[in-house]
Amino acid sequence: MGCYSARSTFPPCGNAWLADRRRWGALSAAVLLAGLVWTALSATAQQAAGGASPREGFTAPDFHLSLLGGGEVTLSDLRGKVVILNLWASWCPPCRAEMPALQAVYEANRERGLEILAVNTTYQDSEDGAARFVEEYGLTFPVPLDRTGEVSRSYLLRALPTSFFIDRDGVIRSVVIGGPMSETTIRTTVESLLGDG
Amino acid sequence: MFPILQVGPLAIQLPGLLLLAGVWVGSTIAEREAPKRGLSGEALSSLVFFGLVAGLLGARLGYALKYWTVYAEDPLGLVSLNLNTLSAPEGVAAALLTALVVARRHHLPLWPTLDAFVPGLAAFAVFAGLANLSSGDAFGAPTTLPWAIELWGAQRHPSQVYAILLAIAVFVIIRRLSRAPAFSGFLFLTWLALAAASRLFLEAFRGDSQIVLGFLRVAQLGSLTVLGGALLGLHRRARLALETEGRARADESSPR
Repeated sequence: MGCYSARSTFPPCGNAWLADRRRWGALSAAVLLAGLVWTALSATAQQAAGGASPREGFTAPDFHLSLLGGGEVTLSDLRGKVVILNLWASWCPPCRAEMPALQAVYEANRERGLEILAVNTTYQDSEDGAARFVEEYGLTFPVPLDRTGEVSRSYLLRALPTSFFIDRDGVIRSVVIGGPMSETTIRTTVESLLGDG
Repeated sequence: MFPILQVGPLAIQLPGLLLLAGVWVGSTIAEREAPKRGLSGEALSSLVFFGLVAGLLGARLGYALKYWTVYAEDPLGLVSLNLNTLSAPEGVAAALLTALVVARRHHLPLWPTLDAFVPGLAAFAVFAGLANLSSGDAFGAPTTLPWAIELWGAQRHPSQVYAILLAIAVFVIIRRLSRAPAFSGFLFLTWLALAAASRLFLEAFRGDSQIVLGFLRVAQLGSLTVLGGALLGLHRRARLALETEGRARADESSPR
């Protein structure tokens, strides 16, 4: 079959080629078969994570901070517990909005192995502000103070609030950037992590 | 990897900026492409403009409705530039609906309109790759190849660079094809096939693929489906074009 139309449009004889069921069908089948083979070749059992990074599927970067009201905390000491790492500032309205929900979820699940670290971004806030905030909302979970901004940097903090849901093995399972999170979001995520065993 | 550009006191979020630049370049190209296809460039750019505005408004309002108590306290949050407080499904729905209404109002025909958008979309894909390179999203699988990059705690395929290079190649091919005459829908369906094939190929080097059935990458299965659909669509449109052409010739030659 040649190009039977002098006015045939691009590609040259293309319409005829494309419209030819056998030729185009064979080409399409070959392309799709190659695609299937490639899909099979690149099949992988699981996605290997790298070192510590503030991303889903990666080990949470470790830190050591002093707490509001005295004491210290090291993230890696909390292995075996589900941890919500929440970064906040007292002047941030969405941070305010999600605190009661965090407190409620904390009270309900603390005994099942939930810990909440509400890291105050003290380098861009004040300890007084943080203390007043904690009192106002009656927060009972530990509030580490990021005075130097070191933790915010290692977690690539880009918006307040940001929350990291960390499983019992210290692996980040969910990241929520910006807020506020609803109590349902927090509850469902925590539930799935606590349920893991 | 390089997500924030510090210009004096201004901290500019580079990925968002790159995406914006992509939208601007893409819609400019689409606007120039329109007259070649007998469409009004003005109609096309208003389609992009209203679609984007409606998309952003819809996404923010969709998000705000879920947390209206917070936004009642802080109404300025509605105009915040934070991309995380956008709700994608509402945004996409609002953008598509608005685009449909604008297209109706300007009497834009479906296939030529899609064709006119293709070079712009191909250009946008390059910027989307650059945005991913800047944010470190869509990262590669660990590898020991000499051109591996250090990212997220491992030596990885520079998957974003592969994506950018392939997007540039697709853009060049599309530019070439867009100059030649063809039946309407040819350019769009060809681009769809190329884009799906690219994704199918690139996904193999990704370290963040969603896996189904224990070992298959979801994006590859999706790409195979889209690729098959595009190839079938090309065949259908070509047959239709030939039939129309044949009928026109028959009408010409038949004596009255």
